[in-house]
Amino acid sequence: MKTSTPTTPQSNPLLEVEGLTKYFGGLRAVNDFNMTIYPGELVGLIGPNGAGKTTVFNQITGIYLPTKGSVKFNGVNLVGFEPHEITRAGIGRTFQNIRLFNNLSVLDNVRIAFHATSGYNLFDTIVSNNKFSQKENEIVEKSQDLLEVMKLSRFQNEIVKNLPYGEQRRVEIARAMACQPQLLLLDEPAAGMNPREILQLMDMIHFIRDNFNLTILLIEHQMRVVMGICERITVMDFGEVIARGNPKEIQGNPKVVEAYLGKGAANVA
Amino acid sequence: MQTISQKQKSIHIVTPNSFLAWIGKFLLILIALFALFVLAKNLIAKPTLFAQNVLDGLKLGFVYALIALGYTMVYGIVKLINFAHGDVFMVGAFVSFFAVEFLGLHVWPIAVFPDINPLLANVLGTITIILLSMVICVLLAITIERVAYKPLRDAPRIAALITAIGVSFFLEYFGLLEFVFSARFIPYKRPFEEMTWYIKDGIHQVEAGVTTPPGSITFSNIFVVIVIATVLAQLFLQYLVRRTKIGIAMRATSFDKPTARLMGINVDQVISFTFGIGAAFAALGGVLFAIAYPSIKTLMGVYPGLKAFVAAVLGGIGSIPGAFVGALIMGQAEILTSAYVSTPMRDAIAFSILIIVLLIRPTGIFGEPEKEKA
Amino acid sequence: MDITTLLISFVKIVAVVAYFYGLFWVMGIKGKKIQLGKKEFDISILVNIFGVFIGFLLIQLALTPFGSFSILTNFDRGLLFQACSMVMVALGLNLIYGFNGQFSLGQYGFYGIGAYTAADITYRWVNGDSRGLIVVGIGTILGAVVIMLIRKFLTNLRRMPVLSSFTLYLIGSVLAGVVAVFAGKLIAPAINPFLGSALQPGLLNQQVPMYFVFFLAVIFAGIFAAEVSFLFGLPVLSLGSDYFGIATLGFTIVVYTLMVNSDTILPFPEMKGGRGMIGIPKLTTWFWAFLFMMLVIITMRNIIRSSTGRSIMSVREDEIAARSMGIDVAETKLMSFVIGSLFAGIGGGVYAHYIGFLSPGAFDFLVGFNPLIIIVFGGLGSMTGTITASFGWIFFLEGTLREILGKISTEAPSWRYVLYPLTLLLLMLVRPQGLLGSVEWGYLKSKVIPLRKSKNTDEVKSA
Repeated sequence: MKTSTPTTPQSNPLLEVEGLTKYFGGLRAVNDFNMTIYPGELVGLIGPNGAGKTTVFNQITGIYLPTKGSVKFNGVNLVGFEPHEITRAGIGRTFQNIRLFNNLSVLDNVRIAFHATSGYNLFDTIVSNNKFSQKENEIVEKSQDLLEVMKLSRFQNEIVKNLPYGEQRRVEIARAMACQPQLLLLDEPAAGMNPREILQLMDMIHFIRDNFNLTILLIEHQMRVVMGICERITVMDFGEVIARGNPKEIQGNPKVVEAYLGKGAANVA
Repeated sequence: MQTISQKQKSIHIVTPNSFLAWIGKFLLILIALFALFVLAKNLIAKPTLFAQNVLDGLKLGFVYALIALGYTMVYGIVKLINFAHGDVFMVGAFVSFFAVEFLGLHVWPIAVFPDINPLLANVLGTITIILLSMVICVLLAITIERVAYKPLRDAPRIAALITAIGVSFFLEYFGLLEFVFSARFIPYKRPFEEMTWYIKDGIHQVEAGVTTPPGSITFSNIFVVIVIATVLAQLFLQYLVRRTKIGIAMRATSFDKPTARLMGINVDQVISFTFGIGAAFAALGGVLFAIAYPSIKTLMGVYPGLKAFVAAVLGGIGSIPGAFVGALIMGQAEILTSAYVSTPMRDAIAFSILIIVLLIRPTGIFGEPEKEKA
Repeated sequence: MDITTLLISFVKIVAVVAYFYGLFWVMGIKGKKIQLGKKEFDISILVNIFGVFIGFLLIQLALTPFGSFSILTNFDRGLLFQACSMVMVALGLNLIYGFNGQFSLGQYGFYGIGAYTAADITYRWVNGDSRGLIVVGIGTILGAVVIMLIRKFLTNLRRMPVLSSFTLYLIGSVLAGVVAVFAGKLIAPAINPFLGSALQPGLLNQQVPMYFVFFLAVIFAGIFAAEVSFLFGLPVLSLGSDYFGIATLGFTIVVYTLMVNSDTILPFPEMKGGRGMIGIPKLTTWFWAFLFMMLVIITMRNIIRSSTGRSIMSVREDEIAARSMGIDVAETKLMSFVIGSLFAGIGGGVYAHYIGFLSPGAFDFLVGFNPLIIIVFGGLGSMTGTITASFGWIFFLEGTLREILGKISTEAPSWRYVLYPLTLLLLMLVRPQGLLGSVEWGYLKSKVIPLRKSKNTDEVKSA
């Protein structure tokens, strides 16, 4: 197994996952998963279906409590914190099968993510004072900024379930970014998109990474996306890491080919 | 960012065996000990009376089990709390009342075969009454399902629930009208005579007008009938669900409706069938309830229905043995509370038991844990 | 059959509904400017307040008898107050179920707690006993403080079993209650002499202090209901949706049972158990009903259109997504449950003092379905719908239908309960999302934010 060198070794790692393990009853979904991500990186996590990628995401974001292991974010161990606290600490995410607030408008979806940083409390709300309206305007302003970045401005007041699939994916990314994360976890952002939308999406991911000082970890099945934008890739199969490296290294790795295409395929390739 | 690192220093993860985690368990243990103490005290003070109460509790519990089956099956398949089920139960009791009182249907064996064995005649007569109740209740339940619930299958779940409440109210208030069942208690004429035995130094029959000796446990043929009927019903249902084609179809439908439909299962038919089976058992329960407590009224279905539903939830909704066990617990809780705490508190205690059990096992005693997928 | 009666009662329904639409329209007016000299003043707030005042006066006028005639009869007056308290209860439930998605059947339990608590305070007060007010007042305030302190203690604990935190809260609240009872024993004798007795009202039993006590009683009753809901909701909200519904149904039944046995199991002989509590001072006037109702409506509206309201709705839509967006789901659920129960408690206080008689039968679980039916009727997640449905439903069912059927025969009014489930079934078949869906009107409408002109994306520096 090749271990790639971090792209920015001089800085402290943003996310350090060590020995992450998750059992569901007797089933071992993830075993001894390690990963280090440095600020500003764009890292891909790939693997066949059921390899445990989403389980890793769910453990990082606190939806599952890891059986073993630690998740350090900026040096702080996140294990044991509630999902909302982890989000507030700076990890935003999207979901594999879109989980938007379906009956609310696009703007509301994004505004909800500003709740943790709204800056006013229940009392301000009930008396509806100046602080309330001022902060509320700020939230609207910031949300509209995000919608503009994600090219969603014209859908602002649409009910989100009426949007086409590709737009819904973008709303989800906008919503995750409204949590003001340092690390953005994208779970199959290109699923169900047509080739043109995928190209747009790749541009957009690059754009937000560069303009919002984000670090991105993404799960993806579409090899075009992963190979096209990720700087480093980790490959999982049956809950274990089977390879790490840059896109070139991964493409040539026989283990990876085997995991995807079956035994013997590596020789053919 | 500072906030979470500051938090990390002060954060304390409560481990399952620490004192803080045990405080809640202490509370539960305290409650359980108190309940046990009350029961044990009374058991030691008057063991035979206690046994009598347990027997009465069983009688009630077996009837609840019959009603609970309908709830648990319908919920298992369409995820609907069928509030009208308790009223179907009431209709079952009233149908048998009319059949006995006005049609005299229970005496047909003697009328047709004058020299028939009286026991056989009673059995045949009672079975006829029960079958009639069942048929009418099944028709009623299927009608309700077709008219009220089926059009709402794709609507939000609350619409179906409100409809169920609406159907229940309709049956109740329609029944309350003077020319239908009225709001009065109506004395119920049993299709067969009650015979009582007492247990003290062997089993003796209680003669009319003779009081039973103190310290004896009495039981009647009604109790025997209820136990036999409920056990048979239970076994039949187990067989139906586990072994028959329609049972497999029911399980498939409850698991995944769209896929079941793709597999060629007529989902609508299966759902109607489930409602029908549930109603048949409710009717049986209604007749037996009326025989056991021979005074019926229109709102008689409300509380037994609710208790049976609680029993189904307690046992793990969707589970047939769960409904049975839950119902037995409910029956005991009700009778023992009436006997040893206070009669009016029995509903409160029943629900308290439910809430406590749900807090320990969120899906009931036999329920499968819900999976949450992110 | 008398056509005029029928017409009049229909006109009343339409008028009442129109009245509220008008009221919310006036309250929703914005950006009214007036030129005074050289300066321009925004007088929309004055317009809103004036509108509410006029709205209050309109009904007040309709209630005032001119000789033997008044526009709204005594019977209508009863319906009106009943509807006002129903608005509060139903809005509370709409917050819990319609907006937050937690299926609750316990609203009538909290309604009953509020009603009995408030009634007990004022009943004792007019009979020369100030202990009710003192104990409940100190108890609720102390209870709130204790709950806050325990919350503070628990913030640093993770993976705390919910039963354990519940036990801590329970111990804390019980201690607060005990302290309050002792405080009541100490303080009450000092105040009681000023109260006089029912026959000879003392200094503090005159009209003005009485109304003040009434106000406090209703508020304390609301807070008390809210605290009970906090204690009950904390463990029970962790159950799944349907199980929560069943547990809350159980709560209603437990409360009902306690009401029936209030003089035997609970130490409140004045509540007279199942026979019903009589002699509650009838203090609810249109002013108070209107005041409390408006307070509830405004509070709820402000919550709904704020960030808190959006977080409440996000929990209804998708809990996991909400958690991943930094929303504390457990706290949000608990908060909406507590606020909803607060509204129900206040509604109960208002109800008790208009009707003057409380019987447990009014809080049975079968009637407990009423607020649920109302909010589904009006549209889940629509405040306008809830308010319209509350008034429409009560005026129609208790007013019009009863009158019409009463004309047919003496027995016929019981038919209205046969007709009303049928209406319900019909509505569910035709419009399962309720009459208004989630549409709002006027003041209750959330602000629509206009699309803004596109900036150059390069200007966007940070989110």
